[in-house]
Amino acid sequence: MSNHFLSPGHTACAGCGQSLAARLVIDASGPNTIVVNNTGCLEVFSTKYPETAWEVPWIHSLFENAAAVASGVESALRYLGKKDGINVIAQGGDGSTADIGLQALSGMLERGHDILYVCYDNEAYMNTGVQRSGLTPFNTNTSTSPVTNSSSGNIRPKKPMPEIANAHGIAYVATASAGFAQDIQRKVKKAMSIKGPKYMQIHVPCPLGWRYGPELTFEVAKLAVDTGLYPLIEYENGKLTGVRQIQPKPVEEYLKAQGRFKHLLNNPEEIKKIQAIADANIEKYNLRVVKPEGN
Amino acid sequence: MYGPLTSKPGTSKNNKTGSWRIATRPKYLQKNCIGCKMCLLVCPEGCISGNEKNTFICDYSYCKGCGICAMICPKKDIVMVKEESTEKDK
Ligand SMILES: Cc1ncc(C[n+]2csc(CCOP(=O)(O)OP(=O)(O)O)c2C)c(N)n1
Ligand code: SF4
Ligand code: SF4
Ligand SMILES: [Mg+2]
Repeated sequence: MSNHFLSPGHTACAGCGQSLAARLVIDASGPNTIVVNNTGCLEVFSTKYPETAWEVPWIHSLFENAAAVASGVESALRYLGKKDGINVIAQGGDGSTADIGLQALSGMLERGHDILYVCYDNEAYMNTGVQRSGLTPFNTNTSTSPVTNSSSGNIRPKKPMPEIANAHGIAYVATASAGFAQDIQRKVKKAMSIKGPKYMQIHVPCPLGWRYGPELTFEVAKLAVDTGLYPLIEYENGKLTGVRQIQPKPVEEYLKAQGRFKHLLNNPEEIKKIQAIADANIEKYNLRVVKPEGN
Repeated sequence: MYGPLTSKPGTSKNNKTGSWRIATRPKYLQKNCIGCKMCLLVCPEGCISGNEKNTFICDYSYCKGCGICAMICPKKDIVMVKEESTEKDK
């Protein structure tokens, strides 16, 4: 078996996009990394006590405080004069990042700690049974935004976390996707070459909560990007410097692959609203390929 | 219990998740492989190894049979085959 810094034997569901992305992140960051993890699926499936899948120093304390604990780790390293050559990663799910841990994250970004924060965005509180979070997309069926006669799921759009992080005036903000493995690793390496706080948000399909077959994780992730629903972007010092351009596919192609959107398929009015979200992203970030290949 | 609980690195390897496979397992044909390493990169278990073309293989004691490697292989050189209940995990 080749060497990874997140080992096999972890207990993530088969095909879990978060387990895939977390391994790519830590492999890109390398052995000289200290990881602080919020509570959530990643923490639970990677550290079934007394076992751990981590091959690097790794700390868990609470659901909401990885950014605060990592700030302490980074400050201690600086005080000891040992920060050079050691990467610090704070990480957690979308619920822990965009909701309960937002205050700790904002503090970490504002104080200027040399930390990469990684949000694994599976678009709901998966570890406790698929409750909606601030990063759950519009019209998603979750256990706390159920589909009823008078509701087609989550009534709110995704919280613009990359923009919120960027508003802190930090050096690097990026989105990434489990459907683009090399791109994740490139962005982690780039983030680690920059001093100061960095924010990365990775779209990680969850076969259990999104209700699709585990073999489709990669395809589902790619479709989110290729429809414009999950733009892959990079901000450096507040400026948009990187965009993955696409030849946009209709959002139905993404929606129909997943049980959490099944209720929308005979509802063109609601699909139109989701297409409008994709169209707004395409416009805002200039995602459309100017000259399609083969023209 | 008070104080921090610590574990030894990589001890999850004690947990043989290969027993989770129910219906199918990947078969590495090692015929048309071009050595792109995509399977190795995306396996959620990190249980695939290999270097040169036609050398890739997974560790069946951890493979959960998700099928992602077979889906991503550009040469269709990994196929999902029926799990033989009698076949022992390697
Ligand atoms: C203060 C506190 N509230 C609630 C919980 C219960 N809890 C544990 S994990 C979790 C959901 C995590 O969701 P997310 O951060 O999106 O990570 P995921 O499991 O989806 O990867 C919740 C609500 C907790 N551990 N601590
Ligand atoms: S519930 Fe989803 S995020 Fe959690 S381990 Fe399973 S697939 Fe991964
Ligand atoms: S089937 Fe899934 S777990 Fe098994 S080797 Fe392929 S990608 Fe890895
Ligand atoms: Mg989540």
